[in-house]
This record gives sequence, structure tokens and C-alpha cells, in this order.
Amino acid sequence: MKNHVWRPLLIVLVVVCGILMTRALVVPEDFGVYERGYMYGWHRKSNEAEWKAIRVKYKTARVCAGCHKDKHDELIKSVHAAISCENCHGPNYDHPEDPLGMNIDRSRKLCIRCHSYLPYKGTLRGGIPGIDPEKHYPSAECVLCHIPHNPKAMNQKREARS
Amino acid sequence: MMNRRDFCKKTMIVAGGLVIPLAALEVFNPKRLLAEKSGSDDKSNVRWVFLVDIHKCVGCGFCVKACKVENEVPYDANVTRTWVERYVVTKDGQTAIDSPRGAKDGFTTQKIDQGHLGDKEIDPASIAKAFFVPKLCNQCDNPACVQVCPVGATYQTGDGIVLVDRSWCIGCGYCVMGCPYGVRFFHPVYHVAEKCNFCYHRITKGMKPACVDACPFGARKIGNIRDPEDPVSRIITSEQVNVLKEEFGTKPQVFYLGLSREVK
Repeated sequence: MKNHVWRPLLIVLVVVCGILMTRALVVPEDFGVYERGYMYGWHRKSNEAEWKAIRVKYKTARVCAGCHKDKHDELIKSVHAAISCENCHGPNYDHPEDPLGMNIDRSRKLCIRCHSYLPYKGTLRGGIPGIDPEKHYPSAECVLCHIPHNPKAMNQKREARS
Repeated sequence: MMNRRDFCKKTMIVAGGLVIPLAALEVFNPKRLLAEKSGSDDKSNVRWVFLVDIHKCVGCGFCVKACKVENEVPYDANVTRTWVERYVVTKDGQTAIDSPRGAKDGFTTQKIDQGHLGDKEIDPASIAKAFFVPKLCNQCDNPACVQVCPVGATYQTGDGIVLVDRSWCIGCGYCVMGCPYGVRFFHPVYHVAEKCNFCYHRITKGMKPACVDACPFGARKIGNIRDPEDPVSRIITSEQVNVLKEEFGTKPQVFYLGLSREVK
């Protein structure tokens, strides 16, 4: 064995074996080529399930209507019918079990997302009743006068009008 | 002594003998077969596509807010999986574009946010047209981001969604550079590549993505292009829709109704 051919060959073999063993240890068992083929399909298959297991936070308005039918029926008659409950009331998480959910956003910042007037004729935004947030009662919260579930002008809260 | 004829014969036999087992291994590689026979697996009847109707978007940014909360992207970090751009084209042919912090709180002022250049006032009388363009991952059929990943941490599922394996990503950023649409970024908490995946945890449960549910105007829709009865498929196949940066050959699967030529 002690000649100039075998010695370097042995080193090469040890290195190759080392690489193969590390590879077997480090690369997950389910790592391979899947549906999208050699160019786009290389992955660890179990990662798909990991993504599917992410917690759903927004449960949609249909879930809200299950318990809060009165509020739901009130809202669907108003011009705000298309706005999902969770857009203002915050994501459901596992309400009512989980106290994390349902932080109602009553801020001015939320309302002016749509109701800050932008002069863009021909767009839906240009047609939404809008205000200039710097001039229209800048220090007041919108909900002092306007009722989000029924926001037509005549429904403004009585105490604000008097 | 071997003559030329024998040498050629034997060479052919040896070469042939060497080729056969290699070819046999190729043919019976089950993973290769599975990859080539796309259409045999159970997911092949679903291919998620997205439809954005620009005429309906008002720039409220509820989609961005819902996306950030649903997908646990820190709300105040200046990165987001989806965002809304505002285009204001003036009568002199100039186009002003902005998307302040991805429009996570909507567009609440007429001033155009130009970053370090400050705000730009535009005279309402000079506006020729203005519109909002929601952007998100295009889940391309030829995803450049997947092609450049050196470790196989990002991939496309059978139903067309490009996902990132957070435990496998090494954070080299090739995909962030490779995406022609700029939808990828580093997650501020996990420090790995992050991108929109049409809320994979929702769509695989029969729900809609958080941004679709949050949009009050129906500007965002999701559908399955392999289902001819799907209302979104019908619009995509029967109406005039556009995609972004078609010339890149990535075959994006987010379709736009009413896309204007100013949109980049």
C-alpha cells in the first residue's frame, strides 16, 4: 500500500466518503424533486405542511354573523355593507376564547383610508364622500359624530348635531 | 495483435455496455418520472391564479394591513408581502408614483411621497388620470426566484404557489435580486427570504387570502385556472387582461383588468 498511487487515492476516498456521510446527515430525508420538476421542484416536501399549518387570524364576516346577527343585519343594510367586520374590529384569532383578537380600531386614521378626499376623477375613490383631514374637525375622532354601522349623514349622533 | 476492425467492434460493445445501465437508471428514476408526469398527481386539478381589477381599487390599504397581520410581518417594518401603488399622470405627460410604506395605512393625502426628496404637490386641475395598482407575488409559471436558489429552499408546489422553506433558506438574497417584480424581502424576525404565497394556509383550507377578504371593493380575487367554471378563470379567459412585465418570460399568474401603460 505504500506507494505514490495508493496513498493519495486513499485520501480522496476518505474525503468523498466524508462528504457523502455529511450529506446523508444534513439533507432531510424528504428533500427531492417534486411536481414542478428539476428546475422548480427541489424542496423538502414536509415544508408544504408547515406552511399549511400557519394560524388563520382573519376568520371572515361570515363567522362574525354566526353570533352577532343583529350587528350583521344592521351593517348589510348600510353603505358600509361591503366592509368586512374584521377590517375595523381587528382579526378574530379565536374570539371569544382568545383575548388577543377584537381590538376595535375607532381611530380617525382608519376612516380616512377611504374618506380622505382625493381628486381622482373617474376612479371609485373620487366618488367616495371625502373630507380634507386637516380641515374637517382635525382633533375630533370620526366616531364622535358618525356611526360606522350606519354612516348616512342623517344618522349622525344627536348630541353632536345639537 | 488486434486489427482495426476488431478494435472498433470491441470499442462499440464496451461503449454500448456502459451506456445501457446508465440509461436504465435514468428511465427508472421514480422522482424523475414523477416530475415529468406532472398531471398524474392529485393536485394537478388546481392552479391558483389572481385577478386584480384596477378600476375598483380605491387605495384604502386594508389589503396590506390584513396581509401583514395574517402573515405575521411586523406592522411598522417597511417591508410587506403586498402593497398598493398610486399613479398620478398629469396633463404634461409626467407620471408620479408612490406607495408610502406599502400603503399599509392607505393613501390619505394628495401629496406624492418621494422618499428623501420630500412630498410633491400636484395641482388637481393638472391631473389627466390617477389610479391605484395593488401588487403581490405573481406565482410565475417560470419563477426566476426559484431558478436562482442555490440550495432548493424556495420551490413551486404542484398547485403553482412559490414557497420558501424557512429552515432551509441560507439568506443569500439571490431570489430577492432575481425577482423582476421586487416582491421578495428579508423577514425582519426570521431573517430569511419572505414573499406572498396567496395565504397558502388559507387557500388550502378552502378560504380566500386575507387581502381578498379584506378588500371592500372586490378589486382582488383568487381563482383556479384549471377549473373552467371558476368565475375568475372565466374573466381571465374571456376578457382583456394583462400581466406585469410579460417580456421577462416569467409567465406571471396575477392578471390585471384595466392595466395602464404607465404601470411598471
